[in-house]
Amino acid sequence: MFEYCADPQSIQGFQWLSCYLTNGKHLLFYQSFGVVLLLLAVTAPVALAFGFVGASAARSRFLPFSLFGKGYTSIVRGVPDIAFFLFFVIALDQVFEYLRHKAKCPDWELPIRQGNDFVVCDIAKLPLSNSPQWVHEVYGFTLAVLTFAIVFGAFAANVLYGAMRSVPRPQLETAEAYGFSSRQTFWRILVPQMWVYALPGLSNLWMILVKATPLLFLLGVEDIVYWARELGGTKNPRFSDYPHGDWRMYYFGALLVFYLLVTRVSEVVLDRLMSRLTLGQATAGGEAQRKALA
Amino acid sequence: MKKLILTTAALALTAGMAMAESHAMTVRMGTEGAYPPYNFLNDNGEVDGFERDLGDAICETAGLTCEWVTNDWDSIIPNLVSGNYDTIIAGMSITEERDEVIDFTQAYFPADPSAFAAMSDSFDGTGVIAAQTGTIQASHVASMDGAELVEFATPDETIAAVKNGEADAVLADKAFLEPIVAEDGDLMFAGEDVVLGDGIGIGVRESDEELKAKLDEAITALKEDGTVNELIEKWFEGMTGPY
Repeated sequence: MFEYCADPQSIQGFQWLSCYLTNGKHLLFYQSFGVVLLLLAVTAPVALAFGFVGASAARSRFLPFSLFGKGYTSIVRGVPDIAFFLFFVIALDQVFEYLRHKAKCPDWELPIRQGNDFVVCDIAKLPLSNSPQWVHEVYGFTLAVLTFAIVFGAFAANVLYGAMRSVPRPQLETAEAYGFSSRQTFWRILVPQMWVYALPGLSNLWMILVKATPLLFLLGVEDIVYWARELGGTKNPRFSDYPHGDWRMYYFGALLVFYLLVTRVSEVVLDRLMSRLTLGQATAGGEAQRKALA
Repeated sequence: MKKLILTTAALALTAGMAMAESHAMTVRMGTEGAYPPYNFLNDNGEVDGFERDLGDAICETAGLTCEWVTNDWDSIIPNLVSGNYDTIIAGMSITEERDEVIDFTQAYFPADPSAFAAMSDSFDGTGVIAAQTGTIQASHVASMDGAELVEFATPDETIAAVKNGEADAVLADKAFLEPIVAEDGDLMFAGEDVVLGDGIGIGVRESDEELKAKLDEAITALKEDGTVNELIEKWFEGMTGPY
């Protein structure tokens, strides 16, 4: 990074630190913060969408839909996250490769399962083994988003299902009395009003999601906790220009600050969102807002 | 929203297809990146160490294009058999249990004695002993009388456990402990060394006989021309090339 960094053994104090903190490994560490934030930004809406679909399916009058919605939420909520992540990522990857294999190599004769091995033809690999590393990383990231979305979507579905049932019945009855069809009642009365009931539960999920990102490493994405552990570990002078002892405490301390900041920002945003959603609602909060204005 | 997911999946698929044109044989080398001097991440965050040098030499000799990938030790075998990379070159000793699941090339590093490192020389082979999960050292400690095994996910944590008093000693490859003991005033070798495993080889899928043959051939060639010895002497201080 800086010119004086060429020989780190000869420098000390602030200069040493400035070189140390800007070496290639640390730049990867800083990048991983971006990866984690990007993951959160992408996963949250996708998981919410999964949850919405799951909740709408669960309360459907058409039996297969409602079984699907209820099955999805109860199965996924019941399986431990870590088992789900370990199993799912390998299984999902194999499903994709199996489908591509069937489509692209119809005259392949060998079995796909050979003992422990999962073997598909070369051009069915996902990503191809000769594609550059970034393609593999993007693919891993996509799998991570999908896995997180499925897991957190199930919890969100349960929260939304509860929220949909919390909207006061008279509101829906009034809509029906005005001649709204059931679809119109759902989209114009139920959905706009349910968020205020869903938000406390969803905000909990958001906070859990923020803290669940270290599971990313199970999916082959190198996240901030992985790098903190790697960088903080003892560095031997034979293998590093920047030898140091066990510094994991400092790195994890930095992560603590980062997570607390994310929590604080989330709280502020969620509070604003809550007061926005409460506006004009038939809840205690909405009533209080109305009185304060009047 | 569902569309969005479908689009992402479709994107991932097409991205793969676009690359299908070039057919050069690329081998993805899976390693742990946390076990110096065998393999570790250097200051630039790249895989480095004895196995990096050796792996690159093997690929050059065998005419393969190699790409390095790091993976957690815990899931390093499952990810090999499901095809996320093609080899394991991570200081993995050849053992019967592992040989049932994957295949190994011939050894490129001889059976290295494992050693105990402790904070005092009063260690007598009993007490709490740290080892990395899923290693031959962990199974050895589990079979020792009077020893209690504590397992850690990474090699670095096993050392830290001894230094903060959580464990009385750590059992690991001597070549891994040697530089640590040499640079650290508090740690010392204690007790007697044990020889475990049948040397270190490259792990490949059992169905991948073609690749295994190529790698074996390259290792033989590199052993004959002295490259393996040279690299062992470069990375392992005080060791003479055994081949």
